[in-house]
Amino acid sequence: MIKIIDLHKKFNSQWVTKGVNLTIPAGKITCIIGRSGEGKSVLLKQIIGLIKPTSGDIIIGDVSITKLHGQALQNVFKTCGYVFQFAALLDSITVYENVALPLTHQGISPEKCREMAMQKLAMVNIGHEVLDKYPSSLSGGMKKRIGIARTLMTDPSIILYDEPTSGLDPINSRIVHELIKSMRDQFGITSVVISHERDIFNYADQVALLHEGTIKYTGNADTIWEDKNPYIYQFIRGLPKGPIQAEKQAYSYL
Amino acid sequence: MQMKYIGVESSTIVVLTAVCTGMAFTLQTCVGIMKFGAFDLLGIVISLGMAREIGPILTGLMVNSRAGSAIAAEIGTMKVTEQVDALKTLGINPVQYLAIPRIVASIIVMPCLGLFAIIAGLVGGYVFCLFALQINPDVYILGIRRSLTAADICGGLLKAAFFGFLISTISTHCGFLTKGGARDVGQATTQSVVAGAISILVSNFFLSSILFPVSAIL
Repeated sequence: MIKIIDLHKKFNSQWVTKGVNLTIPAGKITCIIGRSGEGKSVLLKQIIGLIKPTSGDIIIGDVSITKLHGQALQNVFKTCGYVFQFAALLDSITVYENVALPLTHQGISPEKCREMAMQKLAMVNIGHEVLDKYPSSLSGGMKKRIGIARTLMTDPSIILYDEPTSGLDPINSRIVHELIKSMRDQFGITSVVISHERDIFNYADQVALLHEGTIKYTGNADTIWEDKNPYIYQFIRGLPKGPIQAEKQAYSYL
Repeated sequence: MQMKYIGVESSTIVVLTAVCTGMAFTLQTCVGIMKFGAFDLLGIVISLGMAREIGPILTGLMVNSRAGSAIAAEIGTMKVTEQVDALKTLGINPVQYLAIPRIVASIIVMPCLGLFAIIAGLVGGYVFCLFALQINPDVYILGIRRSLTAADICGGLLKAAFFGFLISTISTHCGFLTKGGARDVGQATTQSVVAGAISILVSNFFLSSILFPVSAIL
């Protein structure tokens, strides 16, 4: 279980999160939604310890990670995986080297690394033909799926996905969503997914809406379409009018 | 891989610039000593100048411009495209993975490049003596033999190794501090090259004072 308690984050003079409180149940899929620029990625990076919060606490299991540094934080990284919005593949090494990197760095034998890498790549529908290619020669969607395969290499118990399906075609989006679901069903992996796609509601257990630095809604994904909370009602239907204001500049053109 | 990039691939420009500088150095030294007819000093001045100062400095500045800038730009780009964060989330220490191999490689290859630069500079001086100044090259070689010691060469190579440490440390540091986008990567690269060049020139004075003190010749 991940507990986020009164989390505040300020960059220069601007507050991004202003007291986020959220409980992410273990072995479930929690989807975080919200307008672009609301700080969803910042929240996710705070959960894994890549960004230190200004105040508040994040507890993973029994460990408060906000005050961890060095090796203690490295140990958190070993149990948590992070799928980056733009894949963040190392562009100076090949696809295979990228995927195998977490294991080769631990000194695991090349045969074992290759076997594991092939297994994880197959899970995201990537074949042998791209293994020796460099990330710069791949499409955005392919990079994203390779990024997911790389994250799976360490067999994390928690995976944080930052828009895992943006830029993917509907078929590959579905494959990624099915993969997140199977991770939960087969291995009990806790997933936190930032997504703008409605299809994720078919897979998620819990949905949280981040707006103006706080969680405005938390609820069950199964009943989200029946929920009358004004924030979630407006947001998931994409209604321009409601408590959530569209970007002012964009709104003036509507 | 880093040794190949920083060392082998920099060798051509280091040798080329050292030959040209050796020739120019010989020309200007000759202008001075011709007034006194002391041509036997030519080899002494050129060899000490190249081994102790020009060889290591030139190597440092060239590697700083070529490899230092590339290191800062590469790590800076990795930083802004979240590749450095990705390493962290995979349980890999980015400093250990990205900085240490570059620093170690620089410290190892810089003395080799420094030696090439010294030899190339002396060869440049020899060629200039032979074809342009029409001075008996034996006089030049005799001057080198009489004055150049192993301590001069080792001191120069030690300087080169230290410059290698400075270049790689500064460039990786500038890379890791990069925030923002493409413009910031450009700024980090410029900052790295400027800071690297200044630190080479400033530290060279102090290293020369320590390695080749005035008291040794008084």
